[in-house]
Amino acid sequence: MDFGPHLILAILEGAVGASVLALTALGLSLVFGVMRVVNVAHGEFFMLGAVVAWFVASTLAGHPAVGFLAALVIAPLVAGVIAMVVDRIVLKQVEYDPEATIVGTIGVLYILQQSALMVYGPEARPVEPPFSHRIALPWVDWGENGFGFYFPWGLSTTSYKLFVIVAAIAILLTFWLVMSRTRIGLIMRATQLDRETALAFGIPVQRVYSMVFGFGAALAALAAVLIVPIQQAHYLMGHDPLLLSFIVVIIGGLGSVRGTVVAALLIGMSDGIISVFLSPTLSKIIATLLVALVLVFRPQGLYGKKMA
Amino acid sequence: MTLDARSVTLHLGLLAVLVVLGFVLPTYHQGNLARILVLATYTIGYNVLFGYTGLLSLGHAMFFAAGMYGCGLVMHLGGWPVLPALLMGLVCAAALSAVVALLALRTIGVAFMIVTLMFAQAVYLTVLYLGAWTGGDEGFVIAQASRQIAGFALTDPLTRYFAALMIFAVALLITARMMQMPFGRVLIGVRENEERTQMLGYDVFRHKLLAVIISGTIAGGAGAAYAILFGYVGATFASVQYSIFPLLWVLLGGMGTTIGPLIGVAFMFYLIDYASGLTNAYMLIAGAVLVLLTLFARAGIVGEIRNRWVPWLP
Repeated sequence: MDFGPHLILAILEGAVGASVLALTALGLSLVFGVMRVVNVAHGEFFMLGAVVAWFVASTLAGHPAVGFLAALVIAPLVAGVIAMVVDRIVLKQVEYDPEATIVGTIGVLYILQQSALMVYGPEARPVEPPFSHRIALPWVDWGENGFGFYFPWGLSTTSYKLFVIVAAIAILLTFWLVMSRTRIGLIMRATQLDRETALAFGIPVQRVYSMVFGFGAALAALAAVLIVPIQQAHYLMGHDPLLLSFIVVIIGGLGSVRGTVVAALLIGMSDGIISVFLSPTLSKIIATLLVALVLVFRPQGLYGKKMA
Repeated sequence: MTLDARSVTLHLGLLAVLVVLGFVLPTYHQGNLARILVLATYTIGYNVLFGYTGLLSLGHAMFFAAGMYGCGLVMHLGGWPVLPALLMGLVCAAALSAVVALLALRTIGVAFMIVTLMFAQAVYLTVLYLGAWTGGDEGFVIAQASRQIAGFALTDPLTRYFAALMIFAVALLITARMMQMPFGRVLIGVRENEERTQMLGYDVFRHKLLAVIISGTIAGGAGAAYAILFGYVGATFASVQYSIFPLLWVLLGGMGTTIGPLIGVAFMFYLIDYASGLTNAYMLIAGAVLVLLTLFARAGIVGEIRNRWVPWLP
């Protein structure tokens, strides 16, 4: 393939990665924004989403779409409920102290990951996509008949990958509508802005915290259900999304939703594009170092406020 | 007995018990304890920063790995003898910790944890990327013939045990002494109240900088010792897991106590050793212990003993 088609392919792959990353990072950012809690176990809720999706899809017989749709509902619910339990029995007990919550969620990380190893096993398992048509993409170039469209071999995508991008955009829009137009969103924003005043106005802050923590985990699980027909479900798969989400949330500014989405696009796209042309390990080294330096020299990120 | 004498008795007594254990333990446990002593040295290094200075690093594996690879690579590729290689490991760890400290100490709190995590991740990925020399995930084995000092083969279980004990004793006595000197007192002051320490006229940044370098160099010394004594160097030791372990060990043993690191490592080592016989998901135990400590025993084993019964414990 020539450079042009190769680049198009890289951008498409990058866009799929960026959409899933935006959802995952949004969950992390929401939890940090409202609760000031760095959830180190966030990647494990992502993994949980994928593993539950596999269980649901392999239990339900019939067309793959049935299992997939059921997983889209069940996996976020399971992850959300587990997260709410974690909030109640761990985070609330340490009164959301920043260091204690980090150590506590590291513990939760290993508990979830190793439980998945015991129940689900060490294998990587695929989930069948609900639909998947190969779509060949045209390219404009000088061909044998002069300037015109033709379809280079290998330049193609699947309808499912396009669906992931569309679905992620729809979910992001819904999230934005919920946050800005509904009463629940108002309550969450109020708690984020000023916890004490929210409490004084009769907002049940503790219940809001539980809900936000569950909601954040559910977003990660939802992202995982979308990606699991493309990648496979594995008990260690939470590691990379966690690091990438950290990177996105830091670059975007902790707690800033707009920053998170912009940064997810930036990181996801460049990760997809760079790793086509450079060694993926080298691109990861550069990315992590850059992020560490951003945090050192511009701790407020692109859009956010300074963190304590 | 003054406070100082009690503390001296405790530390020398502990070392004496460890010397005796070296002669009486069966070979299997002797090997385990040698490993525990090296890992406890790593944890003592971590404790200087986390337990005494109050800085939570999530990236100490990079210092352990700097010592391990700095020492292991010059032995493996350069054919260096043990002692210069050990020194090389210490120099590498000290240099890395100085660079990391200068950058990471510009941040505080949660940002400090994430920055150290990111730097450690970059070091881990670099080890994988330079697979041609480091052997990547699989690592490399240091030839048995080169693992000897002046004719004493460090592959012999008893010699290895006493070499490990020596490293541990040096780290233990240095840190125990340091914490009684004005320098160590200032570190504790930084942990308890950074603003007040600053206001009293101490250079907080310089103290934190030195704390990271001392902590990182001890961790690197433990990494180098691990490479020399057990003859294996691998990327696992640079992974996130090995940054979490010292945190777990210090929390379990008791942060800010001199003997806590050894207690924490020994306890966890045998717990995981036992659990891995039952299931391959043995890290579940580590997770559960972390959560339980966070919830119920923030002071750890030695810390709880100090709080309840023996207030003079160093």
